Amino acid sequence: MKIDSYQKVDSVKKAYELLLEQPGAAVIGGGAWLKLMPKTIETAIDLSGLGLDEIEETEKEYVIGSMVTLRQVEKFKPFSVLYDGILSKSAGSIMGVTLRNIATIGGTVAGKYGFSDLLPVLMAMGAKVKFYKRGMVGLVDFMNETSSANDILTHIHIAKTDGRGWFYTMKNTAIDFPILNTAVAMSSDGCKIAVGSRPYKTAMAEKAMEFLNGFSVPGKDEIVKAADIAAEELKFGKNQRGSAEYRTELCRTFVKRGLSEVMS
Amino acid sequence: MKFVNKVRPSVDGKGLMMGKPGYTDDLAEVNSLVVRVLRSPHPHAKILKINKEKALALEGVECVLTHEDFKRIPITRAGQGYPEPSPHDKFILDNRVRHIGDEVAAVAASDKETAEKALSLLEVEYDLLEPVMDFEKAYENKTVLHPEPEIHEMFPIGLEPMKNVAASYMMNVGDVEKTLANCEVVIKETFFTQAQAHVMMEPHTANARIDYQGRLVIYSATQTPIHVRRILSQALEYPLSKIRVIKPRIGGGYGGKQCLHGEFLVAAVTLRTGKPSKIVYTRKEVFESTFSRHPMRFDIKLGAMKDGTLKGIDVDVLSDTGAYGEHALTVFMVAGSKVFPLYNKVDSIRFGGKVVYTNHTPAGAFRGYGAIQGNYALESAVDILCEKLGVDPVEFRMKNMMKEGETSPIFEIMGEGTEGTAMVMESCKLKYCVNRGTELIGWKDKYPKKTTQDGKIRGMGMAIAMQGSGIPYIDMGSAMLKLNDDGFFNLMVGATELGQGSDTILGQIAAESLGVSPDKVVIYSSDSDLTPFDTGAYASSTTYVSGNAVKRTADKMKEMIIEEGAKALGTPVTETDFDGDNIESNGKKMTLAELSNRLFYNEDQKQLVSVESYVGTKSPPPFMAGFAEVEIDPETGKVELVDYAAVVDCGTTINPALAKVQVEGGLVQGIGMTMYEDVVYSKNGTLVTNNMMNYRIPTRKEITNMHVEFADSYEPSGPYGAKSVGEIGIDTPPAAITNAIYNAVGVRIRELPVTSEKILMGILKQKENGNE
Amino acid sequence: MKSSINVNGTLKTFEVKADEYLIDTLRNNGYVSVRRGCDTTSCGICTVLLDGNPIASCSYLSCRADGHKVITVEGIQEEAALIADFFGHEGADQCGYCNPSMALTLYAMKKELKNPTDDEIRSYLVGNLCRCSGYVAQHRAIRAYLEVKS
Repeated sequence: MKIDSYQKVDSVKKAYELLLEQPGAAVIGGGAWLKLMPKTIETAIDLSGLGLDEIEETEKEYVIGSMVTLRQVEKFKPFSVLYDGILSKSAGSIMGVTLRNIATIGGTVAGKYGFSDLLPVLMAMGAKVKFYKRGMVGLVDFMNETSSANDILTHIHIAKTDGRGWFYTMKNTAIDFPILNTAVAMSSDGCKIAVGSRPYKTAMAEKAMEFLNGFSVPGKDEIVKAADIAAEELKFGKNQRGSAEYRTELCRTFVKRGLSEVMS
Repeated sequence: MKFVNKVRPSVDGKGLMMGKPGYTDDLAEVNSLVVRVLRSPHPHAKILKINKEKALALEGVECVLTHEDFKRIPITRAGQGYPEPSPHDKFILDNRVRHIGDEVAAVAASDKETAEKALSLLEVEYDLLEPVMDFEKAYENKTVLHPEPEIHEMFPIGLEPMKNVAASYMMNVGDVEKTLANCEVVIKETFFTQAQAHVMMEPHTANARIDYQGRLVIYSATQTPIHVRRILSQALEYPLSKIRVIKPRIGGGYGGKQCLHGEFLVAAVTLRTGKPSKIVYTRKEVFESTFSRHPMRFDIKLGAMKDGTLKGIDVDVLSDTGAYGEHALTVFMVAGSKVFPLYNKVDSIRFGGKVVYTNHTPAGAFRGYGAIQGNYALESAVDILCEKLGVDPVEFRMKNMMKEGETSPIFEIMGEGTEGTAMVMESCKLKYCVNRGTELIGWKDKYPKKTTQDGKIRGMGMAIAMQGSGIPYIDMGSAMLKLNDDGFFNLMVGATELGQGSDTILGQIAAESLGVSPDKVVIYSSDSDLTPFDTGAYASSTTYVSGNAVKRTADKMKEMIIEEGAKALGTPVTETDFDGDNIESNGKKMTLAELSNRLFYNEDQKQLVSVESYVGTKSPPPFMAGFAEVEIDPETGKVELVDYAAVVDCGTTINPALAKVQVEGGLVQGIGMTMYEDVVYSKNGTLVTNNMMNYRIPTRKEITNMHVEFADSYEPSGPYGAKSVGEIGIDTPPAAITNAIYNAVGVRIRELPVTSEKILMGILKQKENGNE
Repeated sequence: MKSSINVNGTLKTFEVKADEYLIDTLRNNGYVSVRRGCDTTSCGICTVLLDGNPIASCSYLSCRADGHKVITVEGIQEEAALIADFFGHEGADQCGYCNPSMALTLYAMKKELKNPTDDEIRSYLVGNLCRCSGYVAQHRAIRAYLEVKS
């Protein structure tokens, strides 16, 4: 991967302008895995120095700047409590500190990577993403978009809650890509189930969620049924790390365990 | 003993931790031309044409080499003694490519970027050939990988290139068919072991320069500098006397640096341009274009009587050596010779099979060297047999395994590439190892399985193993000691330090013999001009062979010191002694420092130098018992290694800390092969696992509990009672862990690696069949 | 373009390309202790400290390092020598290739974690691979190192 020119901008506005002006321009997050991409970036836009590397706590929500590193997310104390700490847990399960001190949450979200451990948790929490031009978009909606106009991702918003959460990522070795991961969250918004690394990008188990939200107090049988629905409705594929059949079984078990945990 | 069997920090650990330059690329000449290699994108093809004009025209490019620039001299890249037991089936650059990643052309330029740009300007026309990607279909396949007339073996190894056979072997003791026919219980099983990559942290690298005497000087991260020199000389038809090979610090090898790699090209570039040059392999090149472990298929039959006596072993093996035959025969033979003597009381045994060529990355030497593969098959089969017999697996092994004072007919029959050497086990503490291991792991309380409070299932499994200590009558090591003023020594050895601590322990051996502190022994190793011969670091030969050479050398030096000291003191030699500090006789004494200064400057001046060699007349095996405790989540198949206990008999541990870490490090590589690592190809022959994101070795989180102990043992033929410890650590995990998994959940893994998917699917299948 | 980086306490200005990574800038300017292992953030061998945090220098753009502080093992010699004593006592140093990156990461870990459990130590170091030692000897050495009052 080649970069022709590198520009550290002094405002988000400037970054946006560059992005529009130059067809070969791209915003760089941490840049950790840039070299794995076989293309050329004519102008690499660096957003560091714009205060986007901070996590802010307001009365109602947490606002995470897009240049916040995964390590910062992992270590931010309130995230080890929110939704039973699954945000801290999932960020901390990614590779090692030498990667997490570089990779940014913005890079992860913008990349929509199937192997991401962070995205299922953010989606289950109903996170929203803020862009410079278009404003606020629900993360799940953003994930479902097949193409997006050029814009600068500036913040991720997570509403505060007393909700319950469960996250599990199944890996070969501790720093490997997941075979499958699942986040389950329960709040006043109801129950949310996000399954990632299918190996396709993270998806919500909509039918299972709909089924569950029809019960005021789902019992053990409903949980098992919901897990079966999730395993049935979601599409799984085969890659080096696992077969579609195996992922299906894992999904069934993870959703069952997650629901049992958050509803206990 | 004062210095042997003592923990001492390594002589180089601190300097390296502090970042001192010491590895091959640290020592490349500044302004070296950078050599980059164009590698085949096809698994099998003829090269019809290479156009190098555009590449040569690029500014900064000094040299472009193709097969047209070399005389066709077939060699083997295997770092082995001469004549090599590997086929001579490789050319520096050939007009044919036999795996994705095979060399096509090389470019030398002023910097990496220019060299890489030049690669993209090379125009190559290929004639694609059908690849052979399945080793079970390689034999007599209509596609022949090595039709070249120049291919040859140095002595009969069973090379049949037109049938895609790199080597073959067969041995038998007794009549195994008759024995099995008379057995009360016979089992028949098939096991597969996969290719494994070494993943040493330092990628392969070499650099070359012409020194001011006009000699070609190569620095290489190699386990076998002397073999490098010889094979380079042959391949380039360049006089041996004009080549110097220096091995600096190596960042890990485990056998992966026991073959030549970049040395040919940097030598060729430097000879042609007169300029220094260097090559540093990318991690992708290490995976695709160096070597990995031979994958094997074992068809094994065991026959026993109901009373638990093992009577017969019949094994047929198919081994995949990939595109070239480095170490093909010898790894194959070790899969038999360093495994089956474990059960030495059988009436008959047959072992044989073929090693075939395929269009995979070549297989080569890797710690264990066939023994880990063979051990997996045998020790799994033994557990299966025990279940059928209704006999406890520990008791079965105690009854049938090798004991001290015994022998096996296999030792005499099977060497490494040639006939072997008969030997009696003068040291074999397997019995102690097994007993102590069961204590360490808590076998009695936990075998075969237990269910935990949160519904997970824990199982216990074990395996015994053996290896060797050098190759008798072939591996030679030697050492030189030089006495300096002030009473300190230079110890020069050919033995190759690659991180296992040989520099340190050889210094300890010399110190013990001389009686001086190891601080007074300055060691320098592996420089073909300055150090004496040593075959190199392989076959677990360093402690035993090189160590014996060092001891002899030090013993001789002590004699010389006494002789000169007696002269200086004016006393009879027979009444003069040296205790490490003083030469003393009947009250008269002088310090070693005084004597050495006298010898340099004052009287009877001479330089004391001793040099001795050692060739083993036997290869006394180290032994080991390994015990695994696994925990399985029956709903996901996830398996974790909860505990591993290992008890090793390696004779005396020259340095107990270094010996222990050799075992621990070997164990984790064996655990990696068992549970986490796999070399995977796509259908079109591309190596999917050609980077460290897709090829995963164990991390710290996978290894939580490990207990390694040593048996109290003494091998009379070894230096201060030592055998070897370099490879034995790796052999037990595959069978110990798969046996534990079977005992936990009844799923027998017959094809490595273990995966959580295989376990879950096995459990679900059992449920389907109603076998809960 | 230029990148001004404080390396081991000294401000240095390097001429770097836009797609040049910190590992090459450092290594080509004499910091040979920074070595390449995998080039894909998977091994930890190339670790340096950026503003005190361990990062994979093979995947950090040199331009991005402008204005920041970098520490290589050449900058923590005393601490590295101390850590080496503990590693040497356990025989954990082996080939030594991962050792400088271990020293840097341990130095950072000791500052970041107070009284870590075994699991916390392993988690912090999980991205620093070692193929020689099997980790357990390193863990023994690390435990002993952490006992030493800084």
